[in-house]
Amino acid sequence: MFHRSIQAERLHLWRGEHHVLDGVDLEAGAGEMLQVTGANGSGKTSLLRTLCGLMHLEDGRVLWAGRNVTDDLPAFHSQLVYLGHEPPLKADLTARENLHYWVGIRRPLRGADVTAALERVGAAHCAAQPVRTLSAGQKRRVALAGVLLFAAPLWLLDEPATNLDADGQLLIVNLIDEQLSSGGIVIAAVHQDLLIKSAVTRRLELSPA
Amino acid sequence: MSTSALAAARLILARDLRLALRKRGQFVQPLAFFAIVTTLFPLSISPELARLREIASGVLWVAALLASLLALEFLFRDDAHDGTLEQFALSGQSLTWLVFAKTTAHWLLTGVPLALMAPLAGMALGVPYAALPGIIVPIALGTLVLSLIGAIGAALTLGVRRSGVLLTLLTLPLAMPVLIFGAQATDLAIRGVSFAAPLYLLSAMAVLGVTLAPLAASAAVRISLE
Repeated sequence: MFHRSIQAERLHLWRGEHHVLDGVDLEAGAGEMLQVTGANGSGKTSLLRTLCGLMHLEDGRVLWAGRNVTDDLPAFHSQLVYLGHEPPLKADLTARENLHYWVGIRRPLRGADVTAALERVGAAHCAAQPVRTLSAGQKRRVALAGVLLFAAPLWLLDEPATNLDADGQLLIVNLIDEQLSSGGIVIAAVHQDLLIKSAVTRRLELSPA
Repeated sequence: MSTSALAAARLILARDLRLALRKRGQFVQPLAFFAIVTTLFPLSISPELARLREIASGVLWVAALLASLLALEFLFRDDAHDGTLEQFALSGQSLTWLVFAKTTAHWLLTGVPLALMAPLAGMALGVPYAALPGIIVPIALGTLVLSLIGAIGAALTLGVRRSGVLLTLLTLPLAMPVLIFGAQATDLAIRGVSFAAPLYLLSAMAVLGVTLAPLAASAAVRISLE
């Protein structure tokens, strides 16, 4: 069962004098979702950034499919997509161009793929608009289209439902459901539980240091 | 299937050139600065071409150096703000290679236009036609080295607010060899003798910069993402 699973053991992270992650353990396998909750400043974002290797661990290790991710970081990165607070979109490029350049660096895209992904997230009409003219919710939808286009088994999402309307909340639940039922793994930092229907949901509560 | 390194670099080049077209102001600014500085000298010293010719190489090089320093601040700043650098680091591609592609795009947008504009400014300073290659080639090479050195400084100062002054202080000492040999090459060309020797030194610096600077810059970018 080493295929597609992520484990983290005794993660310790310090920011100056601040012990942000104090021995965090977690685990999620294929088709499982892990919801990370906790008050503001309890280290949810730091945890996600640590898992994907953007932040340097003081102690502990992250395992992907049973192997330490630091052994081959680029290979691990090609298995995941990380979406932070802010959608990584350029204000002066259109939604379509943004996705083309952002996802294209990882995997070659066809124009039809981008169109399909934008339709899936209900942002087809934004394709040719510069991102600066989009609302926060529309930007979030375009970013979700990017997440779909990566077609990665592991999703790391930081507050995926922010700025989304009721329809958008439903969309994100459906997208996560699809990802899980196809054997993917989702780790999301959330304020309120996302109501995922089918999935095995694990919870991790972080307490402020 | 994943994107090849070459295709990824091409995407970054295309993206940065397209962004520059949409935000022309940012890239016109250093060029305008260069034009203003070089035209102020004849006004302030003397319109006599013989005297201007004496100082032409120095004026051109100091103006080109300051203009490319001016443009450095934009190299990584926007990409750091909107999280694009983060996505670069997670792309599975070598960050060093992507940083090199970005630096190349930056040189194409600032160094090459400067090198193409410099002969016009040179002519206004009384440089003979025969010496114009002695302006274009060294400035093109010199600005490449400046972009590469500057990439290290720009990456190191990513976490600093209002990083302009610090960036200049960091980069300027490292840029001195470029200024010295570049100005010498142009000066020799104006005198009508071979400028090969300083040009070889500039080329050596460019080779050193291409091989080592992206490594240092990408390490600095990685630190700034923490």
